[in-house]
Amino acid sequence: MLAWTIYLSFAGAILLAILPKGRPALARWLALSIAVAGLAVAVAGFIAGMGQGLTVFVDLPWMPSMGIHFLLAADGISRVLVLLTGLAAVAGVLFSWNIELRTNEFFAFFLALIGGVYGVFLSFDLLLLFVFYEIAIVPKYFLIAIWGSTRREYAAMKLAIYSFAGSAMVLIGLLAAYATAGSHSTSLIELGHAGFPAGFQMWCFPLVFTGFAILGGMWPFHTWAPTGHVAAPTGASMLLAGVVMKLGAYGCLRVGIALFPRGLAPWGFSVVGFGSWRDVFAVLAVIGIVYGALVALAQTDFKFVIGYSSVSHMGFVLLGLMTLNQIGMTGAVMQMFSHGIIAGLLFAIVGRIVYDRTHTRQLAELETMHLSRRLPFATGAFLIAGMASMGLPGFSGFVAELQVLVGAWNVNHWWVAAAGVGLVVGVAYTWRALQKAFFADALPTPDEHPRTGWPKFEPITWPEVTGVALLTSVSLAVGLYPKILLDTIEPAVKALLAGGVQ
Amino acid sequence: MNYADLFRVTLPETALEIAALVVLVVDLGYLRKAALRVRVIVAALLGVAGCGAALWTVGLQNGNGVLVGGWEVLVVSPVAVVAQVGILVLTALTLLLLISEDFTRHVGEYVAVVLMAATGGLLIAAAQDLLVIFIGLELLSLGLYILTAFAKSSGKSAEASMKYYLFGGMSAAFLLFGFSYLYGLSGSTNLAEIEQSIPQAGMPLLYVAWVLIVAGLGFKVAAVPFHLWAPDTYEGAPAPAAAFIASVSKLASFALLLSFTYGLFQPGKVIIGPPHLLDEYFRIEFAIWQPLLIVLLVVAAASMVVGNLAALAQASVRRLLAYSAIAHAGYILLGVAVRRPYPGHGDSFRFVLDSFGPALRSTNAILFYILTYGLTTIGAFGVVSVVERATGSDRIDSFVGLNKRNPLLAAVLLVLFLSLAGIPPLVGFYAKFNLFAAVLGVSAGPVPFALVALAVALSVVSLYYYLQVLKRAYVVPAVDESPIKAHPVTLTVLVAIATAVVALGCFPALLQNWIESFYK
Repeated sequence: MLAWTIYLSFAGAILLAILPKGRPALARWLALSIAVAGLAVAVAGFIAGMGQGLTVFVDLPWMPSMGIHFLLAADGISRVLVLLTGLAAVAGVLFSWNIELRTNEFFAFFLALIGGVYGVFLSFDLLLLFVFYEIAIVPKYFLIAIWGSTRREYAAMKLAIYSFAGSAMVLIGLLAAYATAGSHSTSLIELGHAGFPAGFQMWCFPLVFTGFAILGGMWPFHTWAPTGHVAAPTGASMLLAGVVMKLGAYGCLRVGIALFPRGLAPWGFSVVGFGSWRDVFAVLAVIGIVYGALVALAQTDFKFVIGYSSVSHMGFVLLGLMTLNQIGMTGAVMQMFSHGIIAGLLFAIVGRIVYDRTHTRQLAELETMHLSRRLPFATGAFLIAGMASMGLPGFSGFVAELQVLVGAWNVNHWWVAAAGVGLVVGVAYTWRALQKAFFADALPTPDEHPRTGWPKFEPITWPEVTGVALLTSVSLAVGLYPKILLDTIEPAVKALLAGGVQ
Repeated sequence: MNYADLFRVTLPETALEIAALVVLVVDLGYLRKAALRVRVIVAALLGVAGCGAALWTVGLQNGNGVLVGGWEVLVVSPVAVVAQVGILVLTALTLLLLISEDFTRHVGEYVAVVLMAATGGLLIAAAQDLLVIFIGLELLSLGLYILTAFAKSSGKSAEASMKYYLFGGMSAAFLLFGFSYLYGLSGSTNLAEIEQSIPQAGMPLLYVAWVLIVAGLGFKVAAVPFHLWAPDTYEGAPAPAAAFIASVSKLASFALLLSFTYGLFQPGKVIIGPPHLLDEYFRIEFAIWQPLLIVLLVVAAASMVVGNLAALAQASVRRLLAYSAIAHAGYILLGVAVRRPYPGHGDSFRFVLDSFGPALRSTNAILFYILTYGLTTIGAFGVVSVVERATGSDRIDSFVGLNKRNPLLAAVLLVLFLSLAGIPPLVGFYAKFNLFAAVLGVSAGPVPFALVALAVALSVVSLYYYLQVLKRAYVVPAVDESPIKAHPVTLTVLVAIATAVVALGCFPALLQNWIESFYK
């Protein structure tokens, strides 16, 4: 059933591409209904899949002479991420409601991207996964280059080149694995049983892991992320931070770790304290957490704060993956979901609700606008989103980051200590942005506060309210009752760990 | 020699030659007073009909080639048949692109020369004898020189043709010189006989011969360092001629390169003898072909690097396509170079090469690649020619706002260029994946692996320059918003090509199975 998410999205993309121009309202409603249909399928699939392990729902020979199958399947991890994609798609369409330029093309690219993302999460054939992964990259380029803002062509090209450099590394690894396994199949299940030699895994693992982690925002390959997020139109930056970065992390988990577990084993010698690839990537993840948070603290552009916070939060995902234990990896998947929701919400507030009314993202200019009085809805929403982003209990981020930290503690106390610094700085930059943008100290002077009141901002529209309500309620629901997701994630992680990882 | 066999095997060539004569007679004899429009349409359609007839006669072959003195001169092998079908289909497509063109009033001559050049292509795809190869090659090359110069009012066209001709003449001399060494070493002009009569390994003269031959054939496929003609020719030649050079001539030349090692990989070949004789057999065959493979590897790596890097600096889309063609030639040469015979099945005394072993898989991958590349590149030249006629230039900047000026054309360009860059689910991706997987499947040694890694890394570079064009078409706002009109036939052909690129990308098994069906 979940396969329909893919078909629906691509059918919607084609339909919108051939839709007559000059009918923006029709394009919007069509895009929304397709996104909602996708979400409905994702929810139904999630509920139907509760308590089930890996289920295969489509398996057709695709390139028979090469043993490549059109193999769609889902386990708990996939179902959770498909659910996230559905939510991000609906929210993204809602916050793109004001796109007037080439509306139908915008939503065509948007849905093509969504279709690619659904495809990656549901593919259990490595080549198919790679195909969807690349399909998801091209629309991003056009979404940013055509509808973006700040240095959009630079940011779009940078993102495309980084993504393709990453996917080239993955492709080399894929080809090598296919040849080494005897060139009979690229099914993840069969490759998982191929028993790659340890020496092969030792070089193929870092290659593939780094390739995916580039899209996952791993330091020092994260630089595409802040520029890309800032330049992208709001709907696209919600998708970028919300689901596209998760593609990278998911690839690290599903392909890197699951196929080449022995690549994580100790080298048998140590170089300046690094004894295995696991140490290397965990340290890079921790650096990403702290570095992203510190850089976010120093930004003058509101959207860059959120852009760098994404790098920091994705560091938790990668750190969770490197713990290689049940709780840490469960936390990593939780964090993927949680960050997808929260980052989407933050970008929506900053890029759409605030920017489209104030036409600036500079904190120094926002300071003079008294937004807490003039935009109470945005202030309230950012307050909630900021608390969720800081990882306060009651929100999804808390559960996820706590699990990652507990998992990491079992492996190396120093990782936790450093990540803790990142958490504290995380509170600081969120607080700083909140204070500067909304609650500036300076009271309005009489001439700034004419008797007639401030010039009115456009009123808040229903798509904005709906989108904020959707995302905050999901983050709260998961934060208050994490069992809904954990029950699905935990068995899948357990199965993955039992399959040779650890 | 059996003349009936000769007649049957050369039926496709005969059909094309007859079509060429008919075109000349009809155009010069009956349509002298007719409008140019009518003459172009009639000539092109007659040419297409000729290709269709030749295609039908290809289907009549029964598997026996032409024997002279016990050795096959023209073969009916899977490679030859697939290449011939490809040559005919691609020729027909370039002829259809002619319909909207107006660079010449001598359409009858143009179509006749195209058909004769295609005849040369058919010959070299099947030839197994040095003399036949050389004649076919010259027939093809002379036609291409004329086609390049066909836009008589354009100085660029004349210049391009002159450069092409001088380089071509030089490389033909190299090739002939190389052939004379092979003949001197073996006493025969037949490839199979040469294979059997050069027993000594590592002979220095053999290296010299292969280097000379690779120089000659490297020119045909535009491989570095024999590529210098390509950018000028692609830029100066009339668009349908450039498309013909980039697709049909490439395909025929690669088929020729494949046939140089054909005897080695003949499926079903039986070798009888104890195991050590089998090893001895492979050792000798390797000793002959190994130098060729080394030379090819060097040329392949150079082509990939130079082609991709030089394309980054181009401001003319035709030159960009030329350098990207050089890069693609590099990928394919990698596949050609790394083919190795692979043990098939059998016991210690009777050994049969598998009908579908890894070596044949890589032959197939090469054919798949070159066929789909030819198709894509014809489409790319078609789009370029439409834009060129509307804006007067093929500079990258004349593509600005194409999406606004003709959305359908822009969509075709998007599909074709992304396919050239190797983005799934388009056929260019699958062709690359298939080729590289075959290379690694045949030989997982460090050198082929490093070269595959290099090729994959360079295709990221290639994405940058393809995106530069697409960025102009889709992202940069249009300066001139007047719509660009394309001739309905041209547009139909281009849309059909783009559809095929998407369809074959989603269902590569269609073409794959068709190629494999010739091995059954």
